[in-house]
Amino acid sequence: MSVVLDILSSVGMWEAILRIATPFILGTLGVLLCERVGVLNLGIEGIMTFGAMIGWLTVYMGAGLWAGLLVAALCGAMFGLLHALLTVPLGLNQHVTGLGITLFASSFSYYIFRLAVPTATSPPTVEPFRALEVPVLSDIPFLGPVLFNQTAPTCLALGLVLVIAWVLYRTPLGLAIRMTGENPHAVDAQGIDPIWLRIGTIMAGSALMGLAGAFLTLAAFNSFFPTMVQGRGWICIALVVFALWRPGRALLGAVLFAFFDAFQLRLQTVVDGVPYQLFLMLPYVLSILALVVMARRARVPQALMVPYRRGER
Amino acid sequence: MTRVLELDGITKRFGTTLANDDVSLHLEKGEVVALLGENGAGKTTLMSILFGHYTADEGSVRVNGETLPPGKSRAAIDAGVGMVHQHFALAANLTVLDNVMTGTEPLWRLRSDRAAARARLTRLSERFGLPVDPDAHVSDLSVGERQRVEILKALYNDARILILDEPTAVLTTQQSERLFATLREMTAQGLSIIFISHKLNEVMAASDRVVVLRGGRVVAERATRETTKEELAELMVGRAVERPKRPPAQPGAVRLEVTDLHLSGKGGAALNGVSLMLRGGETLGIIGVSGNGQTTLAGVVSGLYPPDRGTVKIDGAELRRHDVPHAIAAGIGRIPEDRHAEGVLGDMTTWENVALERLWAPEFSRRGIVRRSAARAAARHILATYDVRGAHLDGRVGLLSGGNMQKLILGRVLEADPSIIVAAQPSRGLDEGAIAGVHRRLIAARDRGAGVLLISEDLDEVIALSDRIRAIVNGRVSPAIPAERADARLLGLMMAGDWDAAREIEAAADKMPEAQDAL
Ligand SMILES: Nc1ncnc2c1ncn2[C@@H]1O[C@H](COP(=O)(O)OP(=O)(O)O)[C@@H](O)[C@H]1O
Ligand SMILES: [Mg+2]
Repeated sequence: MSVVLDILSSVGMWEAILRIATPFILGTLGVLLCERVGVLNLGIEGIMTFGAMIGWLTVYMGAGLWAGLLVAALCGAMFGLLHALLTVPLGLNQHVTGLGITLFASSFSYYIFRLAVPTATSPPTVEPFRALEVPVLSDIPFLGPVLFNQTAPTCLALGLVLVIAWVLYRTPLGLAIRMTGENPHAVDAQGIDPIWLRIGTIMAGSALMGLAGAFLTLAAFNSFFPTMVQGRGWICIALVVFALWRPGRALLGAVLFAFFDAFQLRLQTVVDGVPYQLFLMLPYVLSILALVVMARRARVPQALMVPYRRGER
Repeated sequence: MTRVLELDGITKRFGTTLANDDVSLHLEKGEVVALLGENGAGKTTLMSILFGHYTADEGSVRVNGETLPPGKSRAAIDAGVGMVHQHFALAANLTVLDNVMTGTEPLWRLRSDRAAARARLTRLSERFGLPVDPDAHVSDLSVGERQRVEILKALYNDARILILDEPTAVLTTQQSERLFATLREMTAQGLSIIFISHKLNEVMAASDRVVVLRGGRVVAERATRETTKEELAELMVGRAVERPKRPPAQPGAVRLEVTDLHLSGKGGAALNGVSLMLRGGETLGIIGVSGNGQTTLAGVVSGLYPPDRGTVKIDGAELRRHDVPHAIAAGIGRIPEDRHAEGVLGDMTTWENVALERLWAPEFSRRGIVRRSAARAAARHILATYDVRGAHLDGRVGLLSGGNMQKLILGRVLEADPSIIVAAQPSRGLDEGAIAGVHRRLIAARDRGAGVLLISEDLDEVIALSDRIRAIVNGRVSPAIPAERADARLLGLMMAGDWDAAREIEAAADKMPEAQDAL
């Protein structure tokens, strides 16, 4: 028991949580946008991989870290456009299209990576984002390092939670987006084209997925390796359900998952005689439990995965 | 009078279907025009063109003298046209205010002005007598309230011309009356209205002028004052429709005996001690204002919910277990009130829907394996015999029109040769031709010896089909009167709960010899 308390009271663990949570926050926001407008985007796993690779490559080739993030977001948006064109105007099956994009984007990432660094045996590193030590505030004991000793992309992710919550709930555009996910016919009847709205929103959401990937290479691991996303994208899909499709809860879900993850990492190192795989399972098992509890209350967007065709009843 | 709307020579094809053929129509300020026509006549298509949802192949739309650009809903909205769709265009998970506000502000504004929108919505709902709670989720609203939201949505867009597509299809009689009163109030305030319908009663009651559409063409236009129901019916269908005549009943053995049924809280209104008896070869009509327990009664008899107290005997035996499979096995055939929710599974195929209700019967399955070929043969037989149009064995049932879906359900029920048929609102939402067909089938089933329990809000239908009539009020049933004695006044009294006259008539009828062994 005291082991658990030791872990829970260490600054290091709490400091790690927001860092671990960042890709989940960004990815979950991305999925949330897509689903709010009525489209499932299983391309996330691949789009994150591609974002991780292209962000890293941009910086490796000599551009700045922010340029890396920007390129990753743009590439994410392009994959989003592909997904949107296939699923929205053509109305193809969203599961199949999304999985196809994941397979394509993951393999394509590795291909480009190999073209860029054909010979290296250990992945080349880049100089990552450093923590922004906010003067004064980061000196506050405990809370200082936990909240104010984070990297710029983490701050960006937190800011995006606010921005997306504002857009969805306070602007006419956000209302139109939510309405499209519920009943695109109603949006059309008000003279707004749900097709374009879907395409645009999916692109924005996919750009966030690209960012989520780039965070891994540019602020966490400093280099790219093809399996690095490791199912984080799938977790984001589940987190959106846990979040009941709301941005604030998406943040909560991401932080909760990161907490379990940080906790199990530390538990692994101090508890002997238990296979470490059991600890690895912990965050997943707990998310499944949380999902079971939350999903009962979920108000799923009614038009999720229902293609819209004009003039069809 | 000023002409606010003019449709000129509208033609629209869907593939080879000519949905509208050179249709011209106009609307004066403050007028209520009924667009009358059977299902498939092209009414919705015409109004969708007016609203910019479809683009016409030929013809033009003018509002206040200005031609509308084709295919642009926004232009129609801006010109003051509002549409209340047949299938409401609402989002159930969002609030009333959300639904009304969508698309009313410039999209790129950084902040929507919800306070102003709320104030405006409240003002409108007071002005037109359409009370709603702006913060209620649409999913929590009744059908009538949802329709109010649809109307408010149009008014919120400053509609001066309101188009309602079959507004009463989903409403009860009282709700419809209230709706038409509201529409009158709106015309008094300078709005002009087109409502689509295939119900003659409401067209006669609520319109100033009637335009009749048949097969995509305008076949007639009449001032409502100068026409009759009969004339309109004939114009609409293109021939004189005759609802079938009911030959005298040949009542046989008691098929259904319900004693002292009590049930509270399930499926709407409660039952507070219902007893009735139904013989083979006769039809018992149950009338009543909706919400008095008729839906619950149908549910209990067809096995949907077990009663709290009381018994249901079918052919003299109580059900072993009170559930739908046992009720159907015991000989109940159910024609449910809400076809889409309780009659068919819209996403499944025709043959599956035919087999589903009696899947466990040896006819359709053996040792847990579905007998596909037998089920498909049965479905094929029903499609042919009951003239179900537009259905394919492997097509989704949800795509069928209401009339054809009802024919399929009728076929499924009647082919099982039930001893009791529970028919709840069997002709709701159907057009004249289809209604006559349903009536003919129900009379034929009765003549073959089935007992028919007919639950309907449509008094004409009840009088035409029933041999005896009871009213249901507050979960209790009135004495039964023979249909020959039924008139509007007596039925009105019965539905209002004044049963003295009915009791005398029943007592007199019971003295007659053939009713001696009644109970
Ligand atoms: N989107 C569509 N695609 C193909 N055919 C259609 C479509 N909409 C309507 N139709 C056909 O046009 C005809 C008129 O339909 P509709 O206007 O819905 O009739 P109503 O509203 O009078 O019942 C019908 O034969 C219908 O099958
Ligand atoms: Mg219609």
